[in-house]
Formats: sequence, C-alpha cells, structure tokens
Amino acid sequence: MASFVQLVVSGLATGAIYALIAVGFTLLWQTSQTINFAQGEFVMLPAFFILASMNLGAPFWLAALIGIALSILVLGLLFKLVIVDPMLKHGVLPLVISTIALSLFLKESAKDFYSSQAQPFPALVPSTDVHVFGAVVSTQSLAVLAVAIATVVALHLLLNKTRLGRCMQATAQNPTLARILGIPVRRMVLYTFLINGALVAIASILISPIYLAKFTNGETLGMAAFLAAIIGGFNQVRGAILGGVILGVLDNLSAAYISSQYRGAFPLLILIAVILLRPQGLLGRIEERTV
Amino acid sequence: MNRLGIIAVVAAAIVAVALPFFLAPFGIYLISMWTVLTIAAIGLNLTLGYAGQVSLAQGAFVGIGAYCVALMTQAGWPYPFAFVCAGLLCFVIGWILGYPALRVQHHYLAFVTLAFTTLVFLVLRNEEWLTHGIYGIDGIARPTLLGWSTGEALDFYVFSLGALTVLAATTWWMLRSPWGRAFVALRENPIRALSLGLDTRRYTLMAFAIGSSLGGLAGALYAPLVQFIEPSSFALGLSFNLLLMVIVGGSGYFFGPFVGALIAVLLPEWLRVTQGYYLIVYAAAVMIMMALCPSGLLGLAERAAKAVLRRDPPPVAPLRIEVTEP
Repeated sequence: MASFVQLVVSGLATGAIYALIAVGFTLLWQTSQTINFAQGEFVMLPAFFILASMNLGAPFWLAALIGIALSILVLGLLFKLVIVDPMLKHGVLPLVISTIALSLFLKESAKDFYSSQAQPFPALVPSTDVHVFGAVVSTQSLAVLAVAIATVVALHLLLNKTRLGRCMQATAQNPTLARILGIPVRRMVLYTFLINGALVAIASILISPIYLAKFTNGETLGMAAFLAAIIGGFNQVRGAILGGVILGVLDNLSAAYISSQYRGAFPLLILIAVILLRPQGLLGRIEERTV
Repeated sequence: MNRLGIIAVVAAAIVAVALPFFLAPFGIYLISMWTVLTIAAIGLNLTLGYAGQVSLAQGAFVGIGAYCVALMTQAGWPYPFAFVCAGLLCFVIGWILGYPALRVQHHYLAFVTLAFTTLVFLVLRNEEWLTHGIYGIDGIARPTLLGWSTGEALDFYVFSLGALTVLAATTWWMLRSPWGRAFVALRENPIRALSLGLDTRRYTLMAFAIGSSLGGLAGALYAPLVQFIEPSSFALGLSFNLLLMVIVGGSGYFFGPFVGALIAVLLPEWLRVTQGYYLIVYAAAVMIMMALCPSGLLGLAERAAKAVLRRDPPPVAPLRIEVTEP
C-alpha cells in the first residue's frame, strides 16, 4: 500500500507537468486550429535558455525568469508571427508539416548549439523525503505538484473570472460571433500563444530536474501532451488536465504492476480505445466536424 | 500529362538506368535507397495525396515488411514468397488500422497512426524471441532470382529499380481506373462522393491498405539492401521523414514521391559541407517551402511552367480544353 501511495504521488507530479503541456496544446488548437507537433520541443528548449543564462552568471531565480520571458517571446510571439501566421491560410495539414519540421529544427539546434549530452538542472527544492501515512514522498514531487496546481488555478482564474479570459473563450468557441461582438480576435489568439509560451517554460523548469535537460526530451513530452489532450478532450482545458493526470498515474502504475517494457504502450492503447469509443475525449464536447 | 512532362519522365528514366555506371558502390547504394524510399512514399502519397488521410504509420509498415522478409528468408523461405507475404501482411494490418480512419479524420487520424508506429516500435524492441530486440537482425542475404544473384550493388539496384518500375506502373494504372477516381473524390468532397453512390467506407479502407502494402514492399527491399535491420530505424523518425518526402515532392502529384525521396537521399550528401547542421538546414527549408508553396516542389514547378506559358503565348493559340488533373 505504501508503495502504491508513492507511485500515485509521483505519478500525479509527472501527470501535473503533462497537464500543463497539454493545456497549452489544446489552447492553441482551440483558438487557431494549430496542432503543434513541436510542443514537446517547446518544453525541452526553455531549460536550455535557463542553463545558458546561468552560464552567463545569473542566479537560478533570475535565469528562470529570463527563461520564461524568452520562452514567451520566442515560442509564443515569434512562433505565432513567423510560423503560424503565414500558414493559416493554407489549412491544417501544411501547418502540421511545418511544426514537424520545426520540432526537428529545435531539437537539432539544441544539440548542435548547446550540447548533445544530458545536462544536470537545478531542482526547485532540495530533495528530501517526507513520510506521509507510512509512504515516502519526495519533496520534489510535492513542489512540482504545488507549482503545477498553482499554475492551473491561475490559468483557470484568468480564463473564467476576468473579462480578458472570457473574451479568449469566446474567441475559441465562435470566432465569427466574437468578432461581431467587438472582441479583438487576433489579439486574443496571440495571447493564447503567449500563455502557451509561459506554460511550456514552467513545465520545462519542473521536468528538467527529473529528466535532465536533453535535446531528445521533447519526443516523449510531446507525445504525452498529445495523448493527454486526446484522452481528456481536445476542446476543453479541464479535459487536458484530467488526461495529463490520468497519463502520469497510469504510466507509473502500469510500469510497476504490469510490464515495465511495455510502459509506453498502455497510454497508446487507452488513446486508441478513447478515439474509437469516445472520439471527443473523456470531457470533450462533440465538435461539429466539417466532414 | 503534357508533352513537357513526358519528356521529363523519359529523361529521368534514362538517367536512372545510366547513372549507376558512373557511380562508386556507395553512390549505387544511395540510389538503391532512393528506389526503396520512393516505393514507400508512393504508398503514403496514395493515402495522403489522393485519399486525403494523414498517416504517420508508413515507417512502421516499412519496418513490418523488412522484419517479415528478414525473418522468413532466414527461416529458409524463398525471397519472392517472403516479398509477397510482406505486402499481404501490411495490406491486412493497414486494412485493420484503416478502421479508425472511418471514425475520425485529420489530426485524430494522425495521432492514431502515430500511436500505432510507437506500438510497432515497442513490439520490435521488446519481443526478443522473434526480433532479437535492440540487437537487430544482421546478415540478411540478398536474393537470388531464377539463378540471377543480386549480391552485387549494381545487380541489386537493377532489381530494386525494376520493382519500383513495376509498382509505380501498377499504381499509375490504378489511379486511372475508377478506383483511383474514387480516391480523389474522397479527398475532394467525401459527402458528394457518398451521395454519388461511392462506398466511401470501403474506398477509405482500400486506400489505407494499398498504401500500407506499398510500405511493406518497400521494407521487403530495404532489408536485403541494408542487410541489417533494427527497431530504431523504423521509429517515428522514418514516418516523419516519409511524410516530409511526400509533402516536399508534392502530395497528390504522381511523381511527387520520386522527387521528395530523391531530395531526402541526396540532401544529406550535398549538405555534408554544413557538417552536423544539415538537419537544421533541411528543417528550415521545409518550413520556408510550406509557407511559400505548400503544394511541394512539383506544385512550384507547375506554377512556374504556367507562368512561363502565359507570358509567352504561341503565335496561333491552339484550342485547349483544360482538364484539371489532381
């Protein structure tokens, strides 16, 4: 039982990180039909921004802020202006191809311009163990959970309690009507890209101490984001959160109790089952499809 | 196809036949790889470019075909039989995988096929009793057909070029047939296709299965060409690359995969001067091309040809009825 609790807690921690990545992913989809195949690399990259700033002598907190700012600028603003905007008129598929190429570009750039070796990354809190109901839980997991929950709550408040957030939701749900009501739709879409930039940077800070900063990190993280988004529901923020958490916990439990060799396979089987039985995702609403 | 196109194809065919006599063995290996990748890309072009279904599973099918042939020939089965089996196996698996294609579209389908590719990779890596896991299978023999040994690089190139020609001709013929028209109808307007009495369900499955079986046949050539296969060759990277080949060449153009595969094979060699940075250059080039001309290089060529023709009209304009080709 104790080990079960441990597995669930550490699963929740990774699941919470997946959820952050997946939320950004679904936000982009909702407001601009961007399927970002480079989302995993978006999480990989800020860690290198931070390491580079620390190499220049910045303390960790400052480097983290610089990393988040750079991420919002490069992965939010530049991504929107340089990659997405010119592609939108061509439809979904060319943009998919473009983000696949972008993921290759970012991965190779991190490898060639920083290092191909895994880099140690400072943790948020010193790693000690806490005993909770007989289970040993690392402070790191708890810190990750706390930061992730705080981020999600902040995002939730922004989206649901502020005028800006409601404008963004209106943009996502019906851009034409939103425009008629006088909402600056283009600016709202841009904001979601900036939010995604911030989310991936936070996820990067949380995950890099665990996985180390490595140029290949994006592959698994991007996959986790897709899976979480689809399992939970592509068009709902809370669906993505649920999907991420399910994925993290399931990954840990299946690796421990069923087969560690096939730990990668269980989320995929759930994915296929969800797509076949409930294509809109667990919490998603059915979209009117063009086809 | 107009006269210019025919001239281009004939010229390309002559180059393809004559080229190996001027190349070192490594060059022959490269153009053999081109034939193999072209076959796989033709299959993907059928699913993507003609039937409009985004698949990220083509690399997995190449893997299934390669493992099928490697295991069967090492168990003593004759190569031609194994070759056919690889195609059939991938046809059946493609048919089954096509079922999700009926329920979901576009991005969802991309994710289903992405999941499939990862599953295949895990099976190839973990089922060591069958696939030797991460150690791969080496020493795959090149086939001897009717007493003709394809062990030499040149012989194998002739063999794989022959296979490419036969498979490409078959695909060409199929696309001219009512089947091929139905595939295009599926892509252009599925609802109208349905209302015209096309069994869209069956044709979607068919497009997927035929495309996949071409992937399997490509794998059946890949295994004896490289003579060593391992799971990571058939991971997601290959599927992404094949997708990029089809798009870069021009999806929906019959000769798009030929061009795309050629670039994918030659570019690393040309960009060798850039050393490790060639993937960065390639990725940047793809992004720029997607922004400027998402219909690929052949789309670009077509646009250029049209622009030239318009600027320089013939003295007596012949009466032409434009038939819009897919």
